Amino acid sequence: MTDLISPSSQLKGRKSAETRFQWYGRGAIFVSLLFLVVMVGSILTKGVGAFGTTNVAIEVDLGPDAIDPANPADARFEKIVKDALKTQFPEAKKRKDRRMIYGLLSNDMGFELERFVEANPEAIGGTATVWFRASDDFDAVAKGAVDRSLPEDERRMSDKEIAWIDQLTEQGAVERTFNWSFFTNGDSREPELAGILSALMGSALTLLVCFCISFPVAILAAIYLEEFAPKNRFSDLIEVNINNLAAVPSIVFGLLGLSMFLNTFGMPRSSPLVGGLVLSLMTLPTIIIAARASLRAVPPSIREAALGMGASPVQATFHHVAPLALPGILTGTIVGMAQALGETAPLLMIGMVAFIVDVPDSILEPATALPVQIFLWADAPERAFVEKTSAAIIVLLLFLVTMNIIAILLRRKFEKRF
Amino acid sequence: MSKTAIITAKDVDVFYGDKQALDKIALDIPEYKVTSLIGPSGCGKSTFLRCINRMNDLVPIARVEGDIRIAGQDIYAPEVDVVALRAQVGMVFQKPNPFPKSIYENVAYGPKIHGLAKGKTEMDELVQWALEKAGLWNEVKDRLDQPGTGLSGGQQQRLCIARTIAVKPKVVLMDEPCSALDPIATAIIEELIDELRQNFTIVIVTHSMQQAARVSQRTAFFHLGTLVETGPTKNIFTSPEDERTQNYITGRIG
Ligand SMILES: Nc1ncnc2c1ncn2[C@@H]1O[C@H](COP(=O)(O)OP(=O)(O)OP(=O)(O)O)[C@@H](O)[C@H]1O
Ligand SMILES: [Mg+2]
Repeated sequence: MTDLISPSSQLKGRKSAETRFQWYGRGAIFVSLLFLVVMVGSILTKGVGAFGTTNVAIEVDLGPDAIDPANPADARFEKIVKDALKTQFPEAKKRKDRRMIYGLLSNDMGFELERFVEANPEAIGGTATVWFRASDDFDAVAKGAVDRSLPEDERRMSDKEIAWIDQLTEQGAVERTFNWSFFTNGDSREPELAGILSALMGSALTLLVCFCISFPVAILAAIYLEEFAPKNRFSDLIEVNINNLAAVPSIVFGLLGLSMFLNTFGMPRSSPLVGGLVLSLMTLPTIIIAARASLRAVPPSIREAALGMGASPVQATFHHVAPLALPGILTGTIVGMAQALGETAPLLMIGMVAFIVDVPDSILEPATALPVQIFLWADAPERAFVEKTSAAIIVLLLFLVTMNIIAILLRRKFEKRF
Repeated sequence: MSKTAIITAKDVDVFYGDKQALDKIALDIPEYKVTSLIGPSGCGKSTFLRCINRMNDLVPIARVEGDIRIAGQDIYAPEVDVVALRAQVGMVFQKPNPFPKSIYENVAYGPKIHGLAKGKTEMDELVQWALEKAGLWNEVKDRLDQPGTGLSGGQQQRLCIARTIAVKPKVVLMDEPCSALDPIATAIIEELIDELRQNFTIVIVTHSMQQAARVSQRTAFFHLGTLVETGPTKNIFTSPEDERTQNYITGRIG
């Protein structure tokens, strides 16, 4: 018998190798966590600003000179607000100063007043204090995002404007609230009005189309290939091609969509329908590969048991094998959908890059998608879009997290021991 | 050919690709008896068993030639419905393989797909009957809704037997049903096999000579793809005619 006690130097070497490996592993995890924290942290710190908005209370005159009580809808609301601003800041006499005081509020001030009057018709005839949304530059000052120590010509707001804002703040006429309209508005040229809803809906509709096409097709293809198709050269060829398809750059699918769906079939441009079709071309191979792998992982004894009972192959597959493979199939589907959600390039090719203000409510209307919206905002010149960009990324990440949670819940529900 | 043979095999050859696994097997299997197939590993016992309910159809490279009849009917005739055949010839596998479903669903699955029970009460009765026959009823009657995979190995194997007989087949094939079980669970199953013979014809593959001697009335000895000898179990074990059988049961080959 050989000596069980090996020379101590060998033992030490093995032990230190093991310890070293464990530390390498921990280091790798630490580095990846660090990246994650830095990335999410920077996005969060940049983006939170966009979830707040600044409101300003202005006293407006809704007397008979401004609004005809018999016909309030015909009033020139924007002029009423501007007059109120002029009254508030009588020192602004020059055209340039006037423009500056109008610029304190968002471009929507006329609509905001109109909405107020519609909601409070009893206010007509007197004066009323109405909350207006501040402009993006005002918002930046109110948030303290403007460095007052900089020389005047190096910052967006002049000393005069800042003085007005301070004056309003002292009067208690400025408040910061949660920016609900970020979630209820579509895109806009004005950062303070721009919202994510149109892109969010666009993404949701596109993913819905993508899911409805790729999920059933992929599952049927995977089940057929795995459970029924004869194993020969031809099925090997198909397998290789599916694997290759999964590696094709997404922009190629965009080009295909452009020439096929738009030019040949004449489907509506920029619509979630076409977007979903193109993305499903991309997710199909991903789901097929995942589904086949999880079908293959079902123990053959389950198939034998069912067939030995006299179940037909279709019954054996759908009663026993597919349900066991479902958790794995769902995981693959979520991975595919997450890829689709973050995909920009093919959507640019089919025109989902347009400036879309209206929230799409069908798959045939022009729409944009979250990643495209991020791309557009990141490109916009206004300072305030920088934080909108981060906020949109946060929304995209939340969308992803929600999808993952749904997948985990579904998986829990279907997971069974065997 | 004995008068009560329910399964008759004649000239059965099986090939896996180019390799011949069974050579000219001719065997009669009597009704309401237990027939055991013994022989060294790789001699083709499982292959022959799987011919009887055409499970070999699932192996793409397998080719079966010859004539196998059950109750006079050629089961390899082109018009035979394999699904109906497997309902008549049930199979219990070496490793217990209950479906990852409840105990009740495991037993009810066969009757459900074959439409053997009308309504819930009839199904309940059938499930109870099968579990009683399999000697499992008393152990599981309070937890029929729990997963079948949560039972012990021996219980799982009895569940698989219950699942098979719930379809009321004519023949039950068992491929080393006790090889994954401890001696106590094995004894329970052996007792059960003895009882099941009242209602079913049983063909069992086993590696245990004692088991073959205990449970079977007839024994067939396979060697290298051929059927060497067949006859009443007593004769095979006490006075085998062939030298190879003699060597095998005395432990000299195997
Ligand atoms: N699916 C298959 N493909 C190819 N060859 C096979 C296949 N199944 C069995 N064989 C071959 O057929 C021969 C008989 O196999 P079989 O499984 O019937 O033996 P067995 O008597 O049941 O053995 P054991 O006692 O080990 O279970 C063996 O040589 C085996 O290698
Ligand atoms: Mg075997």
